[in-house]
Order: sequence, then C-alpha cells, then structure tokens
Amino acid sequence: MSVIAPKFKLSEFIKSLLDNIFWIILLLVLIGLPAVFMILFVIEMPVIDGELLTPFLALTWLADPTRILPVVKAFMATDIFRVMAFPGFGFAALLAAGTIFVERKMLAKLQLRVGPFYCGKFEGILQLMGDGLKLISKEIIIPAKADKPIFWAAPVLFVAAAAAFVAFIPVAPGWVVADVEMGLLGVFAVIGFFPIITILSAWSANSKFPFIGGIRALFQMVSFEIPLILSLLGVVMLTGSLNLSEIAASQSSFPWIVFLPIGAIVFFITMLAELERIPFDLPEAESEIVAGWLTELSGMMYGLVQLGTYLKLYAFAGLFVVLFLGGWNGPMVVPPFPEALLTGVEMGPVTVGPFPGLPLFDQEMLNGTLWFVLKTAGVIFFILLPRGVFPRIRVDMLLNLGWSKLIGLAFVNIFIALGLLYAGVLGPGGLQ
Amino acid sequence: MTFILPPGLALQKADERIMTLNVGPQHPGSGHMRIIVQIDGDYIVACDPDPGYVHRGEEKMAEYRNYITNIPHLERPVIHDSCNVLYPYVLGAEELLGIEVPERAKYVRVIASELNRCIYIMYWLAIYGIFLGHSTMFMWPAGDRELLIDLMEKMTGARVTHAHFVPGGVRNDLPPNFEDVCLRQVNYFEKRIKEYAAVFYDNPILIARTRDTGVLSRQDAIRYGTTGSVLRASGVDYDLRVKEPYDVYDELDVHTNVMKEGDSYARSKIPWLDMIESCNIIRQALQKMPKSGSVRTKLKPNPKTKGLESVYKRVESGRGSLGCYIVSDGKVEPYRVKLSVPSFRNLIALPNLLKGEKLGNMPSVYWSLNYWPVEADR
Repeated sequence: MSVIAPKFKLSEFIKSLLDNIFWIILLLVLIGLPAVFMILFVIEMPVIDGELLTPFLALTWLADPTRILPVVKAFMATDIFRVMAFPGFGFAALLAAGTIFVERKMLAKLQLRVGPFYCGKFEGILQLMGDGLKLISKEIIIPAKADKPIFWAAPVLFVAAAAAFVAFIPVAPGWVVADVEMGLLGVFAVIGFFPIITILSAWSANSKFPFIGGIRALFQMVSFEIPLILSLLGVVMLTGSLNLSEIAASQSSFPWIVFLPIGAIVFFITMLAELERIPFDLPEAESEIVAGWLTELSGMMYGLVQLGTYLKLYAFAGLFVVLFLGGWNGPMVVPPFPEALLTGVEMGPVTVGPFPGLPLFDQEMLNGTLWFVLKTAGVIFFILLPRGVFPRIRVDMLLNLGWSKLIGLAFVNIFIALGLLYAGVLGPGGLQ
Repeated sequence: MTFILPPGLALQKADERIMTLNVGPQHPGSGHMRIIVQIDGDYIVACDPDPGYVHRGEEKMAEYRNYITNIPHLERPVIHDSCNVLYPYVLGAEELLGIEVPERAKYVRVIASELNRCIYIMYWLAIYGIFLGHSTMFMWPAGDRELLIDLMEKMTGARVTHAHFVPGGVRNDLPPNFEDVCLRQVNYFEKRIKEYAAVFYDNPILIARTRDTGVLSRQDAIRYGTTGSVLRASGVDYDLRVKEPYDVYDELDVHTNVMKEGDSYARSKIPWLDMIESCNIIRQALQKMPKSGSVRTKLKPNPKTKGLESVYKRVESGRGSLGCYIVSDGKVEPYRVKLSVPSFRNLIALPNLLKGEKLGNMPSVYWSLNYWPVEADR
C-alpha cells in the first residue's frame, strides 16, 4: 500500500480506465483528430505528382480501392500470404478454433449441460480467447530433473510438425502451400515425426506418468501408422499419383469413398487413434496416468501442444476429405462475380470503378473452398462424436485392433482397388 | 543398534523392471487415498492401498456429545448417503434409550434411506463413468441426481447433509402433497436410469473392458468379508433388508439383485439394479404408509441410558452392511461409538484383485469395489 495514495489500487485504476475507454475514443475522434488536421493545415505541405499532399489526399490514397486493391492482390500472390493466412496457418487455426467451440457446445448438449456460456455475449463464443489468455499468463514450471532444452523444444516442434502437415492439404484448385509431386509421401513423413516428438517430450520430463504416457503414445502411433499407410494405397493405385491436388482433381465425377468404403473406414479409425481422441486417448488417460505425456507441461507449453493437436485434427480431416470425399469438387453454388464492377458502375453523374485487381478470388476458388470447408466440418463432427458415446479402450485391445483387424481390412481394400483397376472400371484420372 | 522398519518402509531389493507408482492422493483417479502400485511393463505385480488421508476422528468425537448432538457429525463420513450412515446409530440409540418409534416415522425413514441410496449410487456411478473415460456417464448421473436431491430438500430442508433421523423418529413430518411429488419424480427417475443401459451398460467397449477383469470368486468374497454390491456381484444372496429386516422392511417386498460373474462389470451393474429396486421400494412404502399420525416420540433434554450396556445395529447402506456399536455407561454421552463401515471391508479385496491386472484396469477395478475413501477413514 503506497503512502501517497493509500486507497489506490492498480486493478481498480485499470478497471476505471476500461470503463472510460469509450469516452476516450469518442473524444479523440471528435476533438483530437480535427486538432491534428488543423495543425497540418497550417504548416506547409509537400507537393507530390503536381498535387499538394493534404491530409485529405493521404486518406484518399489509403481508402481508394483502385489504388489499394492491386497491392492486396499482389500480396495475396506471395508465399508469405499462403503460409500465414490462406490456406496455411491462419485458415487452419481459425477452423481449429471453431472445432474447439463446436466440440464444447456439442458435447454439452449431449450431456445435458449448457457448456461455455458467459465469456462473450453469445453462447460463450470468446471462451477460447479467455482460455488462451489464461494459458499465456500462467507460469511455466519446468521439473527440476527435466532435460531442459528438449523439454522446451518439444511443444514447439509439435506445433511445427502439425503446421507442416497443414501445408500439404489443398483447399481449392491451385490453393495449397506446398504443391509437391510426392505430397502423400510427405504427409506420411510428417506423421512419422509425431511419435518421436511425443516420446522426446515424455522422456525429457523425467517423470513417471509422462513416461508411461509417452510409451503408450509410441505404441499407439507406430502400430496404427501401418494400417494408415496401407488404407491409402488403394486411392494411390486408382489415381496413379501421390500429388494431393491431382488426387482431389481426379474425383470430379465420383469420390473414392464410393468405391473404397473399407479403406475410408480403416483410415477413419486409424485417424482417431493418431489424433489420440476418445476411445483411443490412452496416452492422456487421466484416471490412470494423470494426463499422460502432457502431465508436466504447464502454461503456454500445454497451450502449444493443444494448438498442435487441433491443427493436426484439421489436417487429418482435410486429408480424409481430399483422399476420399472429393476434396474441393462439388456443384457450383457460388454466384459469378458481378461484371459491372469490372467495367464500372454508372451511378447518375458519377461512375464508380472500374476496379483493377478485382476479383480477388475467382469463382472456382470460392466454390472449392466452400465445399472443402463443408466436407471438413462434417468429418470433424464425426471425429468429435465418439467422445460423448464411448469409454476409453485398453492398450491390449488397441494393439489387437491395429495389428490384426485393421491391417487385414486394409489389405482387403487394396485387393478391391486392384480388382477395380484391372477390370478397367477405374483408372488414373477417375472413371474411365 | 538395529532398526526394525515397519513393513511398508522395509527396503526391497531393487528390480529395474519394476516401477513404483504413487497413485494418489493428488491423482485424478484415486480419491482421497493413495494406492502404491508396482508395475512391470503394463502389468501390476503388487498393489498396496494406503487409506487414512481423511481421518477425522468421528468415533472419538462421539464420546463427547450426547445422543442427540451426535447426529449431525456422525453422518459426515458419507454425506451423499447421510441417512443410511446415520441409520444404525439411531436404531441403537433408540434401543438404549428405550423409545418407541411411530409407525409413520418408520415409513418416512425407509423412503428417505432409499432416496439417499439412489443419490449415493448416482454419485458413485458418475465417478465410475469418468474413471472409464466416459464423460457422458459423468454428466448424466450428476444431473439426474438433482431430481432426488430436490426431493430430499423438500423432505428435510437440506440438500446433502440432512440430519433427519433422530432417536424416536424423524425430525419433521413430510410436507403437504409430498407423496404425489415423490411418486412423480421417482417414476421419472426410474425411466431415466433405465436409459443408461443404452449408452453405458450395453456399450460394447465398456463390456470388453470390464468383463473378466478383477474377478472375485464367491469363496474369496466371503473370506475377505466383503459386503453389499461386491458380495452380491460374486453370487452371494446377502441383503440385510431381507436377512435382518429393520424398521418396516419386513412389510415390503424387497428383491435382491445377484450376479454370478464377480468381475468389474457385474460389480458396476449391481448398484444400478439396486437403484431400480429402490424405486420399487419407495413406491411400495408410499402406498402402505399411514396417511397421518405422529412422526417423532419426544425425548426429554439430555436423555440418559439405564446403565452399562451395549448394542450393535446394522443396516444395508449404499455400499453394503453398515454397523454401529454403541456402549453406554449410564451417562449423557455414549461411552464408545464404533462404526463398522462397508468401504473398508471392500477395500481389503483390492490388492488381490489388482495383482496381475493391466494398469488400464486399475481405475475400473478400484472404483467397482463401491469404496468411499472418507467412510473408510471416518
């Protein structure tokens, strides 16, 4: 307690500041900005292109769509936009945030609860933001005997691997971060990283429960990678390509799930296991091993792992859509871009436009994105649903399922694909 | 000078294949106790339950209070089952003080104790669900339990710790129109809990996980002295409401649920069947109850017993037979009160059940023993 102002409290001061922030902004706009303009009006202004650069002109430059749109379009063609915003990290993180919200509300409805309710005016829509703020503000506690560099690096590596996985997913024709020829092989390589990162994190914590959880995760991921890869071979055989964009494009008439339903089911089950979702959440089984390999992670390190987990969930759902549900293919539902905006609209004496740089996104891309998002949301819904219905299974049941049942079913799927291929019904590029 | 270490602290030969896990007391799957588990890979080689973290000295406290003021604190060991945990004490005190109980009060006690049994089992079931990773089975019983808690609130004025049974009857008469409300709520409750079968008891993953795990044979169940649902799941037809009827249970038709398997699944299903049976008993009791009359024989302040005598009474609680042994020496306070609790009896079977099981079965076997840590410690 300070002597000068004994009743002063920082929290109350900040609260009063927030209460008054509306009036502060209002006064700034009504009085502050005109005052700045008055000052600028008085001082001597430079001349550019034969025009006097007044504040008004500067604002016009910023607000003029004919000048700003080509800049935006040029930025959108860059790699940094693809990696950061669409179809890379930003888009995936947005979908992941939506997934968390839907998961909470859906489970709540299933379990006769209301779920998050107060944070944000509508149905607790800002709950995730609150959780994120809480995690950021928490202290990060490192166990004394942990192997510190690896322990610090593991959550970051986890998010990096998940983001690398996201990079392979084509969202719309031509809209993919990494359009590599061996895309599916790259996906397998990235999936192979997750058990290594998990066991690194678990082992470096130097604690018993993370160790058991890490070993379980290793068992689970390694034994389910084999049916995962085998279940996708059918699609690769029929398409004749490992490029994910080509696989998506080859399903313009029929999605592969129509011909390879067994492969789709096997892939879906292995996907649940790779994502550590209930009923396969053994590495995080809280009644047996506290939180499994996440036990010693605290604060934003835990938050990073959660972010990575949900990015991975989106990426797996996207992979399912691309491989089995036809990716971006779907009926054209987006209306064409209004031609008038390209040539200019006459509004009485004033002609608005034409706007160079429009349209920002073409019709194909918008339609493809719409269908991709709809299908991915559907797949994510089915990934979330078992959490409300099933209990957790046991390690021996899990390994039995992975090694004896799913691998056999995956081979059945491969034989179906071979049969279709040699019967001449299907071939590279879709229906013959 | 040689140190003689107690058995738990004795140094054991280090085996690097064996890992010792301290499950609890700060562990989501332990309750207020510690289970020291030694595992070899995924198999449990030894298990040592270590209760005693919530010992509150209820029995010693009972020696400093008179027969009436003992009531609120003696129900603390199991607050969700507070009527049943108080029942044997009240029956014993009535015998010592020589009081007759009105007929209507006996029926009110039966209804209250059956409602309490359901409330306890719902709480137990919710935790059993979350121990198996089934979050829906955590939320549904926790929500449906409110129906009966509201009913108990109407009846006694308190939601959890009722302190409703007193020597000589019950504290208050039923509120007006209670019979209709009770019948309606109990019917709806029964309909709800029968829906649990679809999502929980008939769930193939649950059956695959709990069938043939932690099997307790009929001989072992009797030898260890287990009671209640654990004993009945092993094929022993033993229910104190039938074998030694107290109050008006001899006038009611009580069916005992028995299963022969003795595994975790049977032990988890018996309490659920008991809840359905409790609903039947409540309906019978509501029908046979005298519609009016006194519910309490008034005692004079600070009642004294006749002299040096003792009494042992036991009832069927939500976990099994719960006994209370009272010794009086003619004073205002009892000389000794001893609670013989079912939780501790059931816990004795745990090390033998867990030996050789997989670590993943530990929560389901442990909680299927119908064990309440606070009651075992008293």
